[in-house]
Amino acid sequence: MKRMRTSTVAVFLFALLVFYSRAGALDAAPPVGSQFPDVAITVPDSKEHRNYLGLKRGDSFKLFQVATDTVIVEVLSMYCPFCQAEAPAVNTLYSMIEGDPELRGKVKIIGIAAGNTKLERDMFVDKFDIPFPVFADGDFLFHKALGEVRTPYFFGVRIADGAATVFYSNLGAFDDPASFLSLILERSRSKNTEVSP
Amino acid sequence: MNVSKSLIFLCAVFVFGVFMPAEEAFGLSNTFQGKVFEQKDQKPRDSVLKVAVGDQAPDFELPNLSGTTTSLSEFRGKNVVISFVPAAWTPVCSDQWPGYNILEDLFVEFNAVLVGITVDNIPSLYAWTREMGGLWFPVLSDFWPHGETADRYGVLRSDGTAERAIFIIDGEGIIRYIDVHDINRRPPLETIVDQLKRMTSPDNAGRND
Repeated sequence: MKRMRTSTVAVFLFALLVFYSRAGALDAAPPVGSQFPDVAITVPDSKEHRNYLGLKRGDSFKLFQVATDTVIVEVLSMYCPFCQAEAPAVNTLYSMIEGDPELRGKVKIIGIAAGNTKLERDMFVDKFDIPFPVFADGDFLFHKALGEVRTPYFFGVRIADGAATVFYSNLGAFDDPASFLSLILERSRSKNTEVSP
Repeated sequence: MNVSKSLIFLCAVFVFGVFMPAEEAFGLSNTFQGKVFEQKDQKPRDSVLKVAVGDQAPDFELPNLSGTTTSLSEFRGKNVVISFVPAAWTPVCSDQWPGYNILEDLFVEFNAVLVGITVDNIPSLYAWTREMGGLWFPVLSDFWPHGETADRYGVLRSDGTAERAIFIIDGEGIIRYIDVHDINRRPPLETIVDQLKRMTSPDNAGRND
């Protein structure tokens, strides 16, 4: 009788553990200080985008292979009104970076179009004339690895020594590109990766 | 519960727990966070179509958000994409029409109009579409008699909501394409664009697909 009760309790506790671990997998973005998910990203067809990222023609790459010091990753969707509203501000951010000789090449931006097919990604890119590479994530593979964050979501990732380390992780629009860029630069230089945004 | 039964149950829990379908984040826009009614996956399809490709599309006249009515027949001469969605303030629906909201040029290119229909009443639809920032296409209420239009097309579910369905109707009012989609998934844009391309291609303009 005692053994039966013990096994029943063990099964119950294990079931709880499994379900809570699953629940915890959702909405758990890679935190500041962690490694950016090691997801293979399709190399862009566009030569301009390959040059921007410092990539050669090939099948796939990982974020740590981008030729830069810092990557700003925006998780977005064509179907997200906030992402649509934010698109001009992100374009401005890109222009500010590219127009600054001190930053050009050292800070780069990519977009992950969560749940969007290539056509949906193209529609978003064309509509807002987005100059930086946006990758279609139609089957949510990347999005799942990023903790199924809501959109828009911004990561700041430091690229160094063959690693991609998250130093900024935040949900929502940033509104003012200049302030956001200052914040990103400040955080990217900070050695204290434990500070949450 | 003996030990062997416990082990079987343990394995079942583990397999289900690890491999159960994760709740897909199709309603992932932060716009609606905390404002939509979160739902578990529903039966993918819960109705039987009453129309087919090649049929004359049943006409309807439904209240719109401008306080007047809109009928299908008033779009004669244009291709019409009808987007039925199940209900306002639900996750997938709240992330479907906002995407179409940036595609007005695309619909114009294909001489097409988009018409959104739900079984919600006008005040609910007004509040919901305002939250989206407003929509360029007409949104119609099939609220009363409840779901009558959805039922005539065969996309009224047993719980009174509509299916997530796309009907594409040509300028003569003939149904050229039907996609009663899994209610839990957003139809890819390709389904609409590919069909409109076929319909507007000089080689295929007269064909039903």
